[in-house]
Amino acid sequence: MPVVPTVNYLILAAALFCVGMLGVLIRRNALVVFMCIELMLNAANLTFLAFARERGDVTGHISPFFIIAVAAAEAAVGLAIVISVFRNRGTVNIEEIQSMKH
Amino acid sequence: MSAEQVLFWAFAVGTIGSAVGVIFVRNPVASAMSLVASFFFLAGIYVLLWAHTIAVLQVLVYAGAIMVLFLFVIMLLSLNDTGPIAQVSLSRVAGALATAALLVALVQAFRKLPGSGTVEWATDAGRLASVGTSKQLGAVLYTQWLFPFEAVSLLLLVAIVGAVVVAKSRI
Repeated sequence: MPVVPTVNYLILAAALFCVGMLGVLIRRNALVVFMCIELMLNAANLTFLAFARERGDVTGHISPFFIIAVAAAEAAVGLAIVISVFRNRGTVNIEEIQSMKH
Repeated sequence: MSAEQVLFWAFAVGTIGSAVGVIFVRNPVASAMSLVASFFFLAGIYVLLWAHTIAVLQVLVYAGAIMVLFLFVIMLLSLNDTGPIAQVSLSRVAGALATAALLVALVQAFRKLPGSGTVEWATDAGRLASVGTSKQLGAVLYTQWLFPFEAVSLLLLVAIVGAVVVAKSRI
């Protein structure tokens, strides 16, 4: 049975990472930026799992497990910060939130 | 074309398509739903990679728990996002160019990767049956990776407390 080569999965992961990075760089809505960070984390997961299959090694499944847990923690704290910023400023536009810039 | 190839391309196109939808849809709720679709397609890709447990976790934790959190926050803030998705500015054009350059560099690098063309042990039926099951994952997780596992539980506790402290206006 022909198997899809690992390099296809790696290129898919690279494309997914670049879509996420593009979103982080061009969108202004802080919530959408967060979603794009989740996309980039998923691209990292996909890379780990692709190499886990290639090497037949279950250790590659442990990292996605921890990444999912850390992503949950990151989303909880990040969204709390977004709520806090929205309460103080009335906006989640990342271009208008720049009081720590100078 | 084998069934695996057909499924791979279907899931890959679905993943990238809905990921692009996350960026180029104006309404944040539609953006979040597009991200959920992307996670579901990605779970299919994980199954193709024999990572069944991670695929289930992806649907339960990512598409379930984390995205519900996102939707709650979006609806709590009731954003009415009008105007263009992104105004063209020098930094945005530079960002888009850098992203395209990174994609080209990564694809070129992956193509030159030695030995990533085939999977030698894919015909080993006994090994195939055990890879990626929750039994095997648990055996490694609770022995070799026990301390990181406990550390993650502490991290989640800290995150819960931190989220409450940050989001609450007065404790």
